[in-house]
Amino acid sequence: MNEVFLISGNTPDQVRQELKTAWMTMKPDTEGTVFLPERILGKKGSAVKDEVVNGEYGLVINGNSLAYALEESMELEFLWTACMCQAVICCRVTPLQKAQVVELVKKYKKVVTLAIGDGANDVSMIKAAHIGVGISGQEGMQAVSSSDYSFAQFRFLQRLLLVHGRWSYLRMCKFLRYFFYKNFTFTFTVYDEWFITLYNLVYTALPVLGLSLFDQDVNDSWSFQHPQLYVPGQRNLYFSKTAFFKCALYSGFSSLVLFFIPYAAMLDSLRHDGKDLGDYQSFAVVTQTCLLVTVCIQLALEMAYWTAVNTFFLVGSLLMYFFMTFTMYSNGTFLMFPSSFNFIGTARNTMNQPSVWLTIMLTSILCVLPGLTYRFLAIQLWPTINDKVMLKARQAKATPPPPSRKVRLRRGSSRRSGYAFSHTQGYGELVTSRRFLRRPAMSYSSGFTPLKRTTGGFSPMGRSAGYSPSEGANRSARVPDVEGTSLQMYRTTKEHGF
Amino acid sequence: MGKEPAKSGPLARRPDNSAFMQQRLPAWSPMLTASTVLPFMYCMAALCLFLGVSLLVTVQGTQEMKVLVIILFGDVAILTAVRLPCSASVFLPGVMLFFYYGLQNFHQNLRKYMDSRDDAQMVGRTDSLKNPSTYCEPYIRDEKGLPIAPCGAVANSMFNDSFILQYLGSPTETVSLYRKGIAWYTDENVKFRNPPLNNQTLDQAFEGTIKPPYWKNPVYKLDPSDPNNNGFINEDLIVWMREAAFPNFKKLYGILKRTGRFADGLPAGNYNVIVSYNFPAQHFRGRKLVVLSTVTWLGGQNHFLPIAYLVTSGLVFLLAAALTTIWWKFGRNAKNLEE
Repeated sequence: MNEVFLISGNTPDQVRQELKTAWMTMKPDTEGTVFLPERILGKKGSAVKDEVVNGEYGLVINGNSLAYALEESMELEFLWTACMCQAVICCRVTPLQKAQVVELVKKYKKVVTLAIGDGANDVSMIKAAHIGVGISGQEGMQAVSSSDYSFAQFRFLQRLLLVHGRWSYLRMCKFLRYFFYKNFTFTFTVYDEWFITLYNLVYTALPVLGLSLFDQDVNDSWSFQHPQLYVPGQRNLYFSKTAFFKCALYSGFSSLVLFFIPYAAMLDSLRHDGKDLGDYQSFAVVTQTCLLVTVCIQLALEMAYWTAVNTFFLVGSLLMYFFMTFTMYSNGTFLMFPSSFNFIGTARNTMNQPSVWLTIMLTSILCVLPGLTYRFLAIQLWPTINDKVMLKARQAKATPPPPSRKVRLRRGSSRRSGYAFSHTQGYGELVTSRRFLRRPAMSYSSGFTPLKRTTGGFSPMGRSAGYSPSEGANRSARVPDVEGTSLQMYRTTKEHGF
Repeated sequence: MGKEPAKSGPLARRPDNSAFMQQRLPAWSPMLTASTVLPFMYCMAALCLFLGVSLLVTVQGTQEMKVLVIILFGDVAILTAVRLPCSASVFLPGVMLFFYYGLQNFHQNLRKYMDSRDDAQMVGRTDSLKNPSTYCEPYIRDEKGLPIAPCGAVANSMFNDSFILQYLGSPTETVSLYRKGIAWYTDENVKFRNPPLNNQTLDQAFEGTIKPPYWKNPVYKLDPSDPNNNGFINEDLIVWMREAAFPNFKKLYGILKRTGRFADGLPAGNYNVIVSYNFPAQHFRGRKLVVLSTVTWLGGQNHFLPIAYLVTSGLVFLLAAALTTIWWKFGRNAKNLEE
């Protein structure tokens, strides 16, 4: 870390001066010496844009100064400066100020914020952020009861984000894409009332549920080894207006195929015993069978993780369709309710025709072909990080991957500043003096030097999260020993099987 | 699946360390790699080609003759050939021959039309016989209030032409056709049943009902030649009640009786089709056809499936070739798969 800036002024002007020092150091080529809000707001005037900074900087600000920095006249400057730093530590702040900082970030940067804390004083911050995470433990359960997620140790945050959050995003995107596809395709090909009712209720409900509950691209240890897999979620890559539009287009194409192929096949057709086959009910049955087979094949293409449950749902739904159809179109149901179940005999008389099965096969091939081609092409020409890691996982399946010692996250130009709050006095100087360590953290892997930045963003050490000592610290004043707080000291590493 | 037995103390609320709860279920993770997709596509192309060729051969083995029926004036009908092999003579040897009537521009698939029927009445329920369903409006009751049997627009518009096929040999002989066994087994035996007789005759069973307005004869007198072909189980009625999906359709009228001179099918020569022209096609600006066809295991003469399979085979092959080229150029070294 190149430098850590300390903001501890007692008057607004001092704070402003200290902030200015900070941003002038970090961005020396700023025109003029006065901070102008218009310059840093993006095109729409509402989002603070990310700046590219040479070097890594930190910012430490105490509660008093923060009170001035959060005033309307200075908040943008403070935010802009803070966003250029790798980490920001706010010490001796009130709970309200914690929430205010979170809200400041939310307001001016179009990002998703996460706040994690363990005490009652963190409740307002947890509630203010998009995602609030509470830690249950020594400070009681207040943080837990007001949070979206809670667990017992800080290190589980890594798992929450990299494994569960990522899987959740992936599942949600796949689910949405597939659900829109199957429903748009369905609306154009419906003829039997019972099929309309049962399509979403029975025939396609469980497979989609299975997809959204069990799907994974890579397992959890690979997710830890490759934190870059998290980036598509941050960038909203897998479901957007474009994706929705593409899905709608593909549905339109599928609907056309699902109508015109059975239409042309049955227009002038006969059964093998010469009797009619071109009637409305037969056409309905053939079309709906084609539709169901096609959407099942599409689901099979979407599924990346075939557990026994998933497979059972998929195959079972298709079998259930045939079972229900034969039951509903049987003699018994017809004789009970003739007007409601007037498709009697249609299933039996169409399904025993080879031409019907050939039609179904042709329709499925033609519907699935574009999707399959596009997917294959995308993997060859524009592979996403998921594809790359999945391939690596596949290749390494025979030989289990060795646990990687150092995980370097190259963050490039995107910066997500971590914020940390503490509420005991005097941590600013303490933090920069590198004399805070009370006990050495356990090292799970050799070669891990405590003072270097390694796992990006998730190597909290010391009393407060997000600390990174500066290399060329220019503060070396002695500070008295301080009492321990409730936050655990720990270090995250690649741990298997938490 | 190792379940921790400790359910008290600090680890009491820890979730099970089972494969299901920890999302470690054994699973198959397929990927679309070149070694799976490309051979699959080539196989598909080969399969479609094979199917296309064999289906084409099968369909070429069917023969079909379509003849248009035109009314000139009065009741005189003239037949114009729509499609003939070479002349007005036809020889269809050694196979079952089916005689169809066809209609063009008759929308049996109109929603309101399709709803206008009462299946409960036509399965023989006596309460529905006397009280037809309201879906049959306006063909429920006549002016005197008597219920119509069978009710509804579908039954009312039943096709009532009759055809006689004559072979102009020496001597001119009428080709006899089976007029039963032309509807689906389930239709004939389950969906359409006469009301229970209870030691009555059929016309007595239909006492108190009236025929539909467009019909000449009541439902229990539809077939004078065969007493078992009357009532709701009349096969022509059953065939008509199975609504067609599209405006141009054909329905089975009769099956060739392979006796005497026609034991081996229809010999080559000239034929007459005598049409009792009752069904007024000009009212809906439609056309009537007479179709004679042979069938195979695939059905009648419909070239769509074989041709579509051949086209699909070509398409899949082209795509597979294109993808192979792209893979060869870009994806093979897996350079693009490095992070």
